[in-house]
Amino acid sequence: MFEAVAFYLFAALTIVMFTITVMTSQALYALTAMAAGMIFISAFFFILGADFLGAIQIIVYTGAVMALYAFGMMFFDTTRNVIEKRNNPRFVVILGGLAAVLVVLIVLAPIVTTDLNAHYPIDTSVGNSQAIGMVLFTKYLVPFEVAAVMLLVAMIAGIVLAGKKMDKSLTLMADEEIALMHALSHDTTEEKGGH
Amino acid sequence: MELTLNHYLVLSAVLFAIGLIGVMRRKNLLMLFFATEILLNAVNVGMAAISHYRGDYTGQMFAFFIIAIAASEVAVGLGLLIVWYKRTGKIDLDQMTSMRG
Repeated sequence: MFEAVAFYLFAALTIVMFTITVMTSQALYALTAMAAGMIFISAFFFILGADFLGAIQIIVYTGAVMALYAFGMMFFDTTRNVIEKRNNPRFVVILGGLAAVLVVLIVLAPIVTTDLNAHYPIDTSVGNSQAIGMVLFTKYLVPFEVAAVMLLVAMIAGIVLAGKKMDKSLTLMADEEIALMHALSHDTTEEKGGH
Repeated sequence: MELTLNHYLVLSAVLFAIGLIGVMRRKNLLMLFFATEILLNAVNVGMAAISHYRGDYTGQMFAFFIIAIAASEVAVGLGLLIVWYKRTGKIDLDQMTSMRG
């Protein structure tokens, strides 16, 4: 009973928050509404007994991803209203509905057609975090390591992209401009060395 | 009133539809990223629900990897967005036409 009440409450809250995220013209409203929606999503994980996943959801999304977006938005002009081009809203709604039906069919199809066996059955004798650790570090060790390498690559890419001198495109510049830029950078380094 | 797997799958589909509408109507790239986060989260809810109602940890494992991929996508995507904003001063999708021949 309480489970159902919690489910409907958080379902309504999540849908409202994500609708605000999608529909608002203010970037800051969208950011805060999405942060709230992410926290409400973690409630479903706790209801479903996936405690570790819920904790990870809060830490990664509302902690890391939202902070990253907040820092990123400092670079952009967020006080201005976002300009949207809406040429055919009915088309968008029809496509969205069709895609949702398609997703339901895709998710339901294997459940309806075959009787499934659990590869890694849920073990009630240990806690969720412990069981997750046992499955993750035995059966899913290789994907785990690959994900770690991918995160490292993403971190380096983020550092390099947000670094200095990435705002100049060598492909879009003429040869003279590139030569001028090189000459200027040599001058400045020599000055620094002289002092 | 008993909750079933279908409740969660319907919720997941609704959230996915909201995200998809966002992806289709947004022209601002930052708002487009927000919509993709909603898409990934909608799928995560479905994964966790199937994991619970089928008694299998695989769904939760895939949800973890989806979260890892989402985090790295944000890092790289936001870096590219900052570079683009520094160069052009705009983050509108319609104005990214520098590859037109």
